Amino acid sequence: MVRRPRASTWLAERAVVSVNRLSRLLGRGEGTVIGGRAGLALDPSLLGGLARGRTVVLVSGTNGKTTTTALVAAGWGGPVAVNDTGSNMVQGHVAALAGRPGVPAALEVDESWLPGIAAATRPAVVVLLNLSRDQLDRANEVRRVALRWRDLCATLTDTVVVANASDPLVAFAAETAPSVAWCDVATPWRLDAVSCPHCTAPLTFAPSGWSSTCGFAQPPATTVLSEGSLRVDGIEVDLELSLPGAVNRANAAFALTALARVGVDPRAAATRMASVREVAGRYARRRWRGGEVRLVLAKNPAGFSAALEEVADAPGDLWIAVNARMADGRDPSWLYDVPFERLAGRAVTCLGERRLDLATRLDYGGVDVRVGDAVPDPPPDRPVTIVANYTAFQEWNARTAP
Amino acid sequence: MRVALLYPELLGTYGDGGNALVLAERARRRRRPVELETVTLDDRLPPADLYLLGGGEDGPQRLAADLLRRGDLVARVADGARVFAVCAGLQVLGTSFAVEGDDRYDGVGLVAATTVRGERRSVGDLAVRVGGRLLVGFENHGGVTRLAEGVVPFGEVVRGRGSDGRHDGFVTERVVATYAHGPVLALNPWFADELLTSLLGEPLEPLATVADRLYAERCARLGP
Repeated sequence: MVRRPRASTWLAERAVVSVNRLSRLLGRGEGTVIGGRAGLALDPSLLGGLARGRTVVLVSGTNGKTTTTALVAAGWGGPVAVNDTGSNMVQGHVAALAGRPGVPAALEVDESWLPGIAAATRPAVVVLLNLSRDQLDRANEVRRVALRWRDLCATLTDTVVVANASDPLVAFAAETAPSVAWCDVATPWRLDAVSCPHCTAPLTFAPSGWSSTCGFAQPPATTVLSEGSLRVDGIEVDLELSLPGAVNRANAAFALTALARVGVDPRAAATRMASVREVAGRYARRRWRGGEVRLVLAKNPAGFSAALEEVADAPGDLWIAVNARMADGRDPSWLYDVPFERLAGRAVTCLGERRLDLATRLDYGGVDVRVGDAVPDPPPDRPVTIVANYTAFQEWNARTAP
Repeated sequence: MRVALLYPELLGTYGDGGNALVLAERARRRRRPVELETVTLDDRLPPADLYLLGGGEDGPQRLAADLLRRGDLVARVADGARVFAVCAGLQVLGTSFAVEGDDRYDGVGLVAATTVRGERRSVGDLAVRVGGRLLVGFENHGGVTRLAEGVVPFGEVVRGRGSDGRHDGFVTERVVATYAHGPVLALNPWFADELLTSLLGEPLEPLATVADRLYAERCARLGP
């Protein structure tokens, strides 16, 4: 049953819907944040009111939030409220839920906002994907985020936490939760989890999992993703995604586990997920200026590392674009944490406001660099893969939009 | 020439391993091979001509200080080895530093410098005048470092905060440290070559790389 929201919630909800419509009409962006702000000004508890009476799945983590959320929504079947414009703080959540009473919701949540959003929305499932270094100039030290998640998880008595067992920092956060569905997706990124979150001793990584001398070890998982197969909560699932790469198979494994815990058959959900071909421009293939371009988003070392695996042997040309604006983190030092040596011997065109930082990094890594001081035209006879970090991706997404 | 990158899993938050890569590549392109060694938590401190230290979070920084106090870094430097440290690495080399939960944690004591907690974090571009040239980089730390009488700062702050708003880092006969964190040698090819020259004890031929353009661009943005 859909409970009727309180009167002030109703008013505030109308404000969100109408301000967003106005914002879109005026051409002021995608119109989610501003409407959410207007609604919150009228009723600070608006999000809780809007979330009441519906099934909510929250998705958080350093990488894969947007894609996993899109996969949850696609796999669910039927209408799902999603904050699919990437605004993953409270304004975006309010905007996604307003005007859609009773519709189940899949919401991506910024890592540091997760405790507040979970308290307000009382989710059925919280998905914790991974934790790694990102935008360090904001003093967003990953271990501090893991501690805040850990405090949150201890309070989630009516929620299933779908957690990455392969990521020691996520395991540290989720082990306090009363109910956890552990997923073993063989996370390859380890640079941020070298020492034990409990006792700081070095962690040992073995094929069977990671462990520490203090006894903290990789929890046994009910969802297991390996190269050839996927078992979701004990059920074998055929996974044929349109999205490329191992990282998206992992995202799908989390999404299917979340859906299984809200009563959706993971096999049927997996079939529906195959229809997802791009997510907010990510992985989109486009005709542009007489050529073909494909866009890949990578905004931090773990994300870039996964993206390089996928693009290193892709046919055609490779362009990489890097900015260092506020939303990207203003310090591009992280370029040296990305294993660009994977591209050694290949030619790469360096673009974006920090193309010289990128070119220097690639040059020292043995990559043949070209500095693109002006936006180049794509070659007519072979495809171009463009890997870009956050604001650079937004620029390229807009530039090549059909 | 042997360069040892110390505990990158503890002190390597900001791509600090880039400094080892830059030194090795700039030497290799001049046919002066550098043996690069990465020292991890389980290893003993190996002999080296240059030790590199990076930045890190509070807990790992404490652990690195413990390891280096127990190892014989001080003895190695007395025997002629050099050290280049950035950020938390700088703080660790001093007599004491402040981290969360500890107002005074023992450092390695290689240099008479103490670091206390500043009123606010220093986050942003950093430019330091070092002997008439500009060193450019980025800082992100919560410390204020004071030098004992007679200890020479690395340079004068032109932009950003460095150690105390006026000076940055310190320099002794064999130790250089700066708050410009991460791959600072990638941004400043001239300084990477100065370190190499001091290691080799002879001048190096010029080497043109795309890093020269990067340095010029950063200087134009951050310089006076």
